[in-house]
Amino acid sequence: MKDQLVIGGHPFNSRFILGSGKFSLEMVKAVVENGGAEIVTLALRRANLKGEENILEYIPPQVTLLPNTSGARTAQEAVTIARLAREINCGDFIKVEVIKDSKYLFPDNYETIKATEILAKEGFIVMPYMYPDLNVARALVNAGAAAVMPLAAPIGSNKGLCTKEVIQILVAEIMVPIIVDAGIGRPSQACEAMEMGVDAVMCNTAVATAENIPLMAKAFCLAIEAGRKAYLAGLGRVLTGAAEASSPLTGFLEE
Amino acid sequence: MSIKRTDPMVYHKEMEMIPSDLLDKVLKHVDNYDYFNDTKRDVEQALSKEQLSFKDFGALLSPAATPYLEEMAKKAGSETKKHFGNNICLFTPLYIANYCENNCVYCGFNCKNKIRRGKLSMAEMDQELKTIAKTGLKEILILTGESRHHSGVEYIGAGVKLASKYFSTVGIEIYPLNSDEYAYLRKCGADFVSVYQETYNCIKYEQVHLSGPKRVFPYRFYAQERALMGGMRGVSFGALLGLDDFRKDAFATGLHAYLIQQKYPHAEIGFSTPRIRPFINNADNNPNDVHERQLLQVMLAYRLFMPYAGITISTRERAGFRDHVIGMVATKISAGVRVGVGGHEQEDKGDEQFEISDPRSVPAVHQMILARGLQPVYSDYIRV
Ligand code: SF4
Repeated sequence: MKDQLVIGGHPFNSRFILGSGKFSLEMVKAVVENGGAEIVTLALRRANLKGEENILEYIPPQVTLLPNTSGARTAQEAVTIARLAREINCGDFIKVEVIKDSKYLFPDNYETIKATEILAKEGFIVMPYMYPDLNVARALVNAGAAAVMPLAAPIGSNKGLCTKEVIQILVAEIMVPIIVDAGIGRPSQACEAMEMGVDAVMCNTAVATAENIPLMAKAFCLAIEAGRKAYLAGLGRVLTGAAEASSPLTGFLEE
Repeated sequence: MSIKRTDPMVYHKEMEMIPSDLLDKVLKHVDNYDYFNDTKRDVEQALSKEQLSFKDFGALLSPAATPYLEEMAKKAGSETKKHFGNNICLFTPLYIANYCENNCVYCGFNCKNKIRRGKLSMAEMDQELKTIAKTGLKEILILTGESRHHSGVEYIGAGVKLASKYFSTVGIEIYPLNSDEYAYLRKCGADFVSVYQETYNCIKYEQVHLSGPKRVFPYRFYAQERALMGGMRGVSFGALLGLDDFRKDAFATGLHAYLIQQKYPHAEIGFSTPRIRPFINNADNNPNDVHERQLLQVMLAYRLFMPYAGITISTRERAGFRDHVIGMVATKISAGVRVGVGGHEQEDKGDEQFEISDPRSVPAVHQMILARGLQPVYSDYIRV
């Protein structure tokens, strides 16, 4: 059986989700091609849908659009932006981002839960961006989230899995896909997240700030695949003490 | 005729006073800032840090940092890329009036200067806005001279309402208001407020603002805070570099913005870095010791101190300078600029505030941005 990522009933072969916000438009295309991403986020506030520079022309048609609500400061604003996205035919996927902090850009979990609840009831496939917290993740699932997207580190920081411990708990406890969003800076960190069992990794800055952008996209694609395979294979144990004898020390015991 | 000089620290009775201690805080730090004490070591320290303290910020503004400009530029470039990616926002200003009640000695609009005054009627404004909107721009900055009498809050409100029909972001650069007036303009569709303190040196401030409401130093200082109390999304800061000691003024500007950001975490912060320019009837007005090198140093220090803040590069600067600072440090650039009153569709109705150095059109600036491997962004905000 194929190992697919399923979000809100939609299957995807790639577990690399691309944030498009920090690229030049023509770069988006190159990165999608090299990274094999099947989901690309789109900041609705940036979408210049009528003007010359229409981002949609740069996103290949087979790619699923994940419009986000960036710019929203309250649940209500996020809901309005989501509805607008649907009106302009961006589909039913929505990444909920509610941010009231212009310095660290940390998501406001409380408002995010409220928006998720409203949008899920309206039939959206809601993927909320969250500050990792078990209770919040549970509340988001109860509110109808199709996936949860905890941050690994402050957005744009390229610092990697700073919130690793909590993400690991989410992987163990939360039954919808866990997508690590924000903060991943290197392919090796993406790989590590995937080895831990997260379902997908989202990247933007890490690729956008690379010297060779398409090549870095490829590197992320391979790292995410490698991490996934390692997870599926089941990682060998890590020994803490002395080496383990291959013939057991207790073999002499009579049954 | 002798003019009665008023105390610049005393509010006029119609001016709202808010309970805040930011002014004391900023002035205290600035008083203690002696950039001659900063050493190479302080600069190196600052450059090695991820989050700059006030002291580090001061060091980057000091003369000791001059030999480190290249390093500052490299670091600033990567910070800008981290926070803003390839995006450069485009906007244009529209002067809807140039009446002014103030006598600022450095400005061509000052009430003593014999220039052609004018203000746009609603129909003219509509025409202008439509013409600008046709260029594809989605962000506009509405400016007036500072005259409550000729361009009252209602008039500006009506202009903002019109503008928000055509533009997704409307900024205003007008005289300081009370918080309820900002709330009113917010309702009309204004998103961002720019107020430039010009100089944070109270004595100099008094000397260059001879008369008019602008003379009241603290009322101007607290404008950003009142704007945020009125519900604005963001506020911009700037000192007029060259008016007084530019290092101290840049230091004060940074602290002012930083402290506002601490107090209002949601506020989107912007910086502008205007230098003194020649203006009508005063062609010799020059930026003293603020040359491009110093100007760049200030911009880089702002970027490293507040990496997430927007920085606008003015049309006052020459094209070559503007082209190089976008992406490295500036995130916002104007295009298709006219600094007379109106002038996009019809003949302008009033004289310009200062001379611009980069008259390029929107398509020309757009092409330049692309040629530098950056992405021109027209819309960065959604009206909800
Ligand atoms: S700087 Fe502003 S307030 Fe002063 S004279 Fe010029 S327009 Fe008027």
